[in-house]
Amino acid sequence: MTETLVKLENVKKIYKMGTETVNALAGVSLEFHAGEFWALMGPSGSGKSTLLNILGCLDQVSEGSYYLDGINVANMNDDQLSAIRLKRLGFIFQSFNLIPQLSVQKNIELPLYYLGWEDHDSAQRAKLLADQVGLGERLNHRPTELSGGQRQRAAIARALANDPQVILADEPTGNLDSKTGHQIMEMLIDLHRQGKTIIMVTHEPDIAQYASHQLHMKDGKIEKIEK
Amino acid sequence: MKNKFIKNITQGIENLLLHKLRSLLTMLGMVFGVGSVVAMLSVGEGAGKAALDQIRKLGSHNIIINSQVDVESMENTSSMARVNNYGLTWSDYDRMLDVYEHVKTVVPAKLIRKSARFNERNQELRIVGTNPEWFDLVPRDLLTGRLISADDVEKKNPVAVLTETGARKILAATNTVGQVINLGGDAFEVIGIIRSDTSQGGSVQMTDTETDVYIPINVARSYFGDLYVKNTSGSRIMEQVELHQIIIEADDIDHVESTANAIESMLGRFHKKKDYAIYVPLALKRQAEASKRTSNIVLGSIACISLLVGGIGIMNIMLASVTERTREIGVRRAIGARKSQIIMQFLIETVVLSTIGGLIGVLIGVTIPIIIEKMSAMPTVITLWGVMLPLSISVIIGIAFGIYPAIQAANVDPIVALRHE
Repeated sequence: MTETLVKLENVKKIYKMGTETVNALAGVSLEFHAGEFWALMGPSGSGKSTLLNILGCLDQVSEGSYYLDGINVANMNDDQLSAIRLKRLGFIFQSFNLIPQLSVQKNIELPLYYLGWEDHDSAQRAKLLADQVGLGERLNHRPTELSGGQRQRAAIARALANDPQVILADEPTGNLDSKTGHQIMEMLIDLHRQGKTIIMVTHEPDIAQYASHQLHMKDGKIEKIEK
Repeated sequence: MKNKFIKNITQGIENLLLHKLRSLLTMLGMVFGVGSVVAMLSVGEGAGKAALDQIRKLGSHNIIINSQVDVESMENTSSMARVNNYGLTWSDYDRMLDVYEHVKTVVPAKLIRKSARFNERNQELRIVGTNPEWFDLVPRDLLTGRLISADDVEKKNPVAVLTETGARKILAATNTVGQVINLGGDAFEVIGIIRSDTSQGGSVQMTDTETDVYIPINVARSYFGDLYVKNTSGSRIMEQVELHQIIIEADDIDHVESTANAIESMLGRFHKKKDYAIYVPLALKRQAEASKRTSNIVLGSIACISLLVGGIGIMNIMLASVTERTREIGVRRAIGARKSQIIMQFLIETVVLSTIGGLIGVLIGVTIPIIIEKMSAMPTVITLWGVMLPLSISVIIGIAFGIYPAIQAANVDPIVALRHE
């Protein structure tokens, strides 16, 4: 058995919507191990996005604990969470979320910029990653000059820039046609094979098939886990 | 760290260059604000300096007393042909010389209009009969020859000192020491020529106009007397004036005003009519400085308002920019940017915007006074603080009006921002 990388203990997330309270997560406990590829499934409103936000340190738990690589991040402040994201996590989004005014290279370099890398080093790493995702020739292009698939590949390169412990993907194929979507999934599978830990939210079962583990959410709770 | 700061600035400039027109329009408020402040300050400074120069020439230690026809007798004598006796007297002069402990020098002067003749040239001008000390109190560069000496006064030498312009007008040459000219019927030897006073205007009437001729006072007294005939529009007016002007130098700048007050009350006792006027250049200087301060405050307030308007314009655009770039902020935050880094990013953009606006404003503000000076005779002075103050205000405005949009940006919830369309 490999080491436990992500561990939630009875995590609750409660939103207040006016006078009503919504239990987005109603007591979730789980353990993900390093090198696993998880697909978080479930209908909308099931809490899978909330779960991903919490796992991605973008949101904080209302109750319970969250251990990332043994560190309890449940009670961290904003700056500490930023540091965790910067050093340990990589994000891939449905709508790519590349910064439009920056070139592909600058987009890939963005995490390295916040990590305080030297220009020369980060440029070198950006080139390496761009080659890896097949965008070596497009470094100086703007995101708007790329196709959807190319944009998502650029986003994957950016997510890899800081060599993250966990890659979090939120519907990574949602804005792509099915052929391109499967190409992107092949790329994630490759990363999985290289030993990366990936947590992906999707509602498409055929995309979820790529994952090594599937977790089904319903009404803020884990409905079932498939391996 | 320093490297990163420069990187932040270049990134800010790059971002602003993406929206060239918008950045330019946003800057305009700052450009015009700073430009007008720099221009106004330099014009104000120029006017103030001109006034102060004028006063400084009169001497900050000096008290100037002029004889003048008092209002009452001016009305009475306008139609009658009789002798109008007024003005400062030799007794006044003696009292000033003796009584006051802080009086260092007293210089009397007779100012007489006579025609001067040299060969065929004829020129009406003013003769200043005075003592050698005159040239200490109202210093002028001696271009050639020498000034009136104590010996000239003692021996009653008929000698004359001309100004540069005066010499050119009468002698048609500048270097003519030793020539003999005719002043009001008497022959005078030109012994020296002093530099012309080129500055004109000012709030104080100066005794030495451009073509004055200086002669020893006792020569003036014995040659021309105290009685003058004025021909004005047909009627003849006789005037008897002993001294037209007395200039007093105080020994210390702190005693100027008290001495002036004492002399004023003394003259009040000895003169039945108010046939004299006292000018204290130091007081005028204080007045000029005070009015300059007032105008600076007024200009400063107007400038502050225009800069405020410029700042609000910048804030407006930055708030719009934050909304527009919500997604970008979300991405940066998700990647791991701290709130403070987002604040810095937007703050630097605002400051770059306002500072570049300020710099362009300074360029315009420096150009305007140069044009004004070329087009009119109005003097302008561009001082370092007159440039640095508006420029640093533009930087401060950038910070002050950039901080709110920047905080807005930092407080964007990354989860919401990433879903923002």
